[in-house]
Amino acid sequence: MSDLLRWSDVHVTFPNGSRSGVVRAVDGVDLTVAAGEVLALVGESGCGKTTLIRSVLGLEPVASGSIDFDGEVVTGNRRALRSLRRQVQMIFQDPTGALNPRQTIYEAVAEGIRIHGVAGREVDLVAEALSRAGLRPAERYMPRYPHEVSGGQRQRVLIAGAMVLAPRLLLADEPVASLDASIRGEILALMRSLVDDTGISIVAVTHDLGLAWNIADRIAVMYLGRIVEIGDAEAVLADPQHPYTKALLSVVPEADRLEQQILVGETPDPAAIPSGCRFHPRCPLVASGEAERLGILDRCLGVDPALVGTDPGRAVACHQTVTRGVRHHA
Amino acid sequence: MSLLELRNLRVTYRSERGDVPAVRGVDLTIERGQTVGLAGESGCGKSTIAGAVLRLLPKDTLVEGSVLLDGEDVYAMKPGQLRAVRWSGAAIVFQGALHSLNPVRRIGGQIEEALLLHAVDLGLDRGQARRRVGELLERVGLRADRARSYPHQLSGGQRQRVLIAMALACEPDLLIADEPTTALDVMVQAQVLALLAELQLDRGLALLFITHDLSVLNSTCERLVVMYAGRVVEEGPSRELFADPRHPYGRALAQAFPTIGDPASRMHPSGLPGDPPDPAALPPGCPFHPRCDVAVDECSTVDVSLRDVSAGRRAACVHVEVTT
Repeated sequence: MSDLLRWSDVHVTFPNGSRSGVVRAVDGVDLTVAAGEVLALVGESGCGKTTLIRSVLGLEPVASGSIDFDGEVVTGNRRALRSLRRQVQMIFQDPTGALNPRQTIYEAVAEGIRIHGVAGREVDLVAEALSRAGLRPAERYMPRYPHEVSGGQRQRVLIAGAMVLAPRLLLADEPVASLDASIRGEILALMRSLVDDTGISIVAVTHDLGLAWNIADRIAVMYLGRIVEIGDAEAVLADPQHPYTKALLSVVPEADRLEQQILVGETPDPAAIPSGCRFHPRCPLVASGEAERLGILDRCLGVDPALVGTDPGRAVACHQTVTRGVRHHA
Repeated sequence: MSLLELRNLRVTYRSERGDVPAVRGVDLTIERGQTVGLAGESGCGKSTIAGAVLRLLPKDTLVEGSVLLDGEDVYAMKPGQLRAVRWSGAAIVFQGALHSLNPVRRIGGQIEEALLLHAVDLGLDRGQARRRVGELLERVGLRADRARSYPHQLSGGQRQRVLIAMALACEPDLLIADEPTTALDVMVQAQVLALLAELQLDRGLALLFITHDLSVLNSTCERLVVMYAGRVVEEGPSRELFADPRHPYGRALAQAFPTIGDPASRMHPSGLPGDPPDPAALPPGCPFHPRCDVAVDECSTVDVSLRDVSAGRRAACVHVEVTT
């Protein structure tokens, strides 16, 4: 599989209102998305995962680094961004807020067709997109307003509106977090079938590791603006290596088999990223004295760990991993 | 005597389009110190039950059957008695902590308000009430000086803790938590769940925990009650019900979140087709039959009531053998 999207050392910063401070929302991310894959971008609120996917569409100011799509640099390239806006579509956590309440479902899906001048008979395109998204018969849904359908159906309308443009990449921000548990699986199944049938790629931002198990080929775990672990979804979930990934996995309600590692406090502030390993103030290895026993404590407190490869396609940013003597990530 | 007992509770909302039966005959019992999880999707009536227990529903709502709190009928109480029961008999933690707190008042003052309403019963003067606010905040894992913060200065998890502190202010016997962790991150959710479990152990608090996420309930509650379209369709001890649900809807909810590592759910999300029924226009027969993968002809005409599955377990499905 070739890379469709690539972030190269991307930084996104915001002024934080104080004299000199900046919020480092995305703090040096290298990441690729292959054609036809589902990548789950996992982390807590405020870790920068939403900012990272929005940066693709030029919706966030990229301070340094570059993003390329299909081999072409799109950061700061207005012409490339224009064509990108058809090829990359986004769906959101709250489908109700993302739909215009005074627009029918037909209008909501047709809007993109008109903006981008998609070839073909509009009504046919809308009908096909709605049925593809599971709203059948499409004619019955077209004249309805968002409030006349359920939350799950509204998310399907948004997916239809995105897919009608035949995009190559779908950015999904917590696509099922606001849906009922019973509806969740249906929407995830739809997303997976879009990938399998049409070959598009999906980046799904989520804090739900179950979503990753359900549909993702790969997982990237993000903490305070940086990727701290990445790899094949099954490998990462079966054998997490970064202490943060381990903690996240241990608090999934069904994970009876693991001893819960509840990290204290909230995600720290991206305006004040800790020195050394950015995870050290919450790291169980540091808190338990394990890091000291391993002789890595000084580095945990003083050296920012790089993402290093452990197995093919697998990389972890933790000093404990480095001490096991592994080669650098290609 | 049970701490909370709902007997054939029926709640009907009045709307311009006609009556909407939200709860259609629910029996539910919670003993002192017991934790019960109430599961179901949007519109199944689970939050209506929370409101019905403390008479918090809109004025013209029709409530039938009875709600007994510590043996007393909540709907027969005089206003003064009702006020005493709210907060000190049972307290509610609502979903959406941001919206339940007054944005322009310090959180200490908001917690104190509940204490002062009950100051006479609790034997507190103003100074004692203020100190008690600090204790309550520490009890839920916040610093006592957080009392001086405004809601916007706290994170989502911290605000949820404030609501729990407030609910605990008058030492209730029953805490009703309506989707207390739904808007929270996994790690913060784990913190809040651990806090609730600790309070339950330390204080012998009874807990009615309401959410659509059965896996969360399974890890926190002794008993589970599954609702669909205003009725209980399955109930029983958590572990048994979660491991082997007997109602097809219970099964769908139990499978909604995958067990990570289970090959059956890898690349195979499990969902329930269709949408929850409109309470104002329920399908005939078993209201679940249009979405049910094991429905038989009979299901579209007959709505079976709860049947015994085994000791302490019941399910409302034709596929459960009637025991005599």
